[in-house]
Amino acid sequence: MDNKKLSSPDKLEKLKKKILSKRDLTKQVVTICTGTACQTYGSEKIYEKFVDEIKKQGLKGTVVEAKPTGCHGFCEQGPIAVIFPQEICYVKVKLEDVPEIVSRTLVRGELIDELLYEDPVTGESVAKDIDIPFYKNQKRIVFGNNKYINPKDIDDYIVLGGYSALAKVLSQMTPEQVLEEVKKSNLRGRGGGGFPTGIKWETTINAPGEHKYVIVNCDEGDPGAYMDRALMEGNPHSVLEGLLIGAYAMGSHEGFIYIRQEYPIAHENTSQAIKQAEEYGLLGENILGSGFDLKVKVHRGAGAFVSGESTALMNAIEGKVGEPKMKYVHTAISGINERPTCLNNVETWANVPLIIDKGAEWFNSIGTEGSKGTKIFSLVGKVNNTGLVEVPMGMTLRQLIYDVGGGIPKGKKLKAVQTGGPSGGVIPEQYLDTPIDFDELTKLGSMMGSGGMVIMDEDTCMVDTARYFISFCCEESCGKCIPCREGLRMLREILTDICEGRGKEGDIDAIQDIAEMMKDASLCALGSTAANPVLTTIKYFRDEYEAHIENKNCPAKACKALTSYYIDPEKCTACMKCLKNCPTEAIHGAKNEIHWIEQEKCIKCNTCFELCPLRFSAVKRISGEPVPPPPVPGTKVIREKRGR
Amino acid sequence: MTMTLQIDGNTVNAREGMTILEAAMEAGIEIPTLCYLAELQPYGACRICSVEIEKKGRVQVVASCGYPVEAGLTVRTRSPKIDKIRKVIIELIAITTMVNGDVAGEIKKLAREYGADIHRFESRFKTASTRCILCGQCVRYCDEVVGAHAIGFVGRGIDRRVVFFTENARACLTCQACFNLCPTGKIPAETDFVVFDGFSIGDYLAGD
Repeated sequence: MDNKKLSSPDKLEKLKKKILSKRDLTKQVVTICTGTACQTYGSEKIYEKFVDEIKKQGLKGTVVEAKPTGCHGFCEQGPIAVIFPQEICYVKVKLEDVPEIVSRTLVRGELIDELLYEDPVTGESVAKDIDIPFYKNQKRIVFGNNKYINPKDIDDYIVLGGYSALAKVLSQMTPEQVLEEVKKSNLRGRGGGGFPTGIKWETTINAPGEHKYVIVNCDEGDPGAYMDRALMEGNPHSVLEGLLIGAYAMGSHEGFIYIRQEYPIAHENTSQAIKQAEEYGLLGENILGSGFDLKVKVHRGAGAFVSGESTALMNAIEGKVGEPKMKYVHTAISGINERPTCLNNVETWANVPLIIDKGAEWFNSIGTEGSKGTKIFSLVGKVNNTGLVEVPMGMTLRQLIYDVGGGIPKGKKLKAVQTGGPSGGVIPEQYLDTPIDFDELTKLGSMMGSGGMVIMDEDTCMVDTARYFISFCCEESCGKCIPCREGLRMLREILTDICEGRGKEGDIDAIQDIAEMMKDASLCALGSTAANPVLTTIKYFRDEYEAHIENKNCPAKACKALTSYYIDPEKCTACMKCLKNCPTEAIHGAKNEIHWIEQEKCIKCNTCFELCPLRFSAVKRISGEPVPPPPVPGTKVIREKRGR
Repeated sequence: MTMTLQIDGNTVNAREGMTILEAAMEAGIEIPTLCYLAELQPYGACRICSVEIEKKGRVQVVASCGYPVEAGLTVRTRSPKIDKIRKVIIELIAITTMVNGDVAGEIKKLAREYGADIHRFESRFKTASTRCILCGQCVRYCDEVVGAHAIGFVGRGIDRRVVFFTENARACLTCQACFNLCPTGKIPAETDFVVFDGFSIGDYLAGD
């Protein structure tokens, strides 16, 4: 195994050429996304089927090859298969499609129209992934290589120039020069806070003590966010290379990759990546013959959101309970075992090799004055194109939601965007032209966060949204300090009461008192930011709170306790659709007899509302006013004769 | 190394490594706290000891039990903001510690001092009072001083609670140091050789 070790940067370059020479670049390669989302649709089986089918059709070893990759990002359309070199993209691929893809596309070069993405706006099929609007409007500098790489094969990463940035720093740059380049790049932490990465590194460098640690924080846990998972699963070497470069700059010889318990594939692929990098001498002792050593261990979390907080994470690595401690001395100075420790998020580390490779100036050419580079977001909620997107800083929220995300489904109106997870806030529709920028989002009372972006339409209740995030934190706070624990508990009680019609005068003031106290007095950032979803919803949607409290009215008609269902007798055509499908048999009537809802039996499941044909729209949702009495049972429908 | 800082307008001497709370205590300036104990490591859970500090023109709220002294630091132990923080914290813990409609001891004293309405959130609180504010004095004393590890935390978030670890209970029979530490009086009130939820040390050891 030792003979695999690369003893110099030149050897890395030679290895790259050797791998390339062995690869037939005219060969057709079909890559199948095996990220977590596509795997839930059985993409691993699809990959195996491709391998079988290629063999069965006698193509093995010739001109066709199947390759599993990490997440491509367009999770809405998964499982996704891309055929190279043409870059033909097939979406929603099923197991039974595989023989046809092999025989028609791989062998004969034909397109299978039914498997192509259809643009909902033009109705036209799009053959290449780069022409799909979802991809076309992105800038995928960090995330883009996912679709080329088998994450379990280091050679794939090396062929694309991987580890060349490491070779460059080890052979041509001093640690000081590396730090200078990162500082000049103005890279800011992608984990949420947006702290300048270079300054953080410098603090660790200047901290007393020879023994320093570097950490990758992959304890991502915001509801709906999975950017770090996709990178860690799909391109683990890019994160590892960033960590190596940082460790070299900071003089650290020991690193940890903290991966949350719920990410088994990330854990598997990262562990494999470390093993392969060690075999090549890219990790371990005397890396590329430079004399620089770095040992990296994967630490698997035990299932706690709060462990993503830096002091809690370090406690966990030390073998203690993963809960935060007071940090009036920064962890950059006193972290693990009270030694200087530099912790950065997955995406932050993955940006580092790019900055070294292409230079700080190039990095500065992307983005806004205060926020450089790109940001990966997980675009979820009421948006047509759900998935992971990477866009340049400075793109407006509107461009992101409409150009990349394809707008809001069912022609509904956009109401707000939630960014920054449970620490962030909601941004209402009127601020959609705000550029994506750390400082701009903070000004609006929200934050960039790690990249969760939940789109909400007109049917979303803002009080209920606030309650959701507060409930999340009630369970995910460690419970150590009183402001966070008792503040959250009481906020949840009050918000639940408001959503269920028990809100009372003075509630908004009480919420604000608690929220302010939490912000100022909590022990860690989880507590000090946990009230943000409540504060921003009050700031922008105070009238909704007031409607709930004063009139027992949920304007979005989403809070079940405040909403009733009613069939308008003037509009009902007695089509039996709702009646047949009501799960509690609360709807009465018969063929030709106007239907009506027995309120006591109704569980407000919304089924009748969704089933009532749009042209009748007889089912109404009523909130804040009494439900009109039903018609006399047995009332017949009067049908107008339709003239031509 | 010694230094001076300003606490409530008084020049106070302190030594490096001290916290603001310790420096204040030495100077006879009172800062309320519900989880600090001199023998134990700073914990920072009750946040009642929050104070305002001013550094290079920036004002910040910190827990005085954990913030290390710095030369030239300006500290305010009372201000409208600090008083309000303490008031709301007391209002919130009042309901979790209430017995027969009232609070006792240090919490009662603080409620009076900061004008906290101990009934403000009472109607909203749907679970029974636990009489515990999770200050962790019992847990930490048992771990750090006694070394018996007979009592500890379980659960997370709003479900966090203190439990008794039966397998380490032998020490309790003679120790009972936590009885006097408990700021709400829960342990002595509910532990007459029956430690929490009907568990009896005596029975446990008898069957050993």
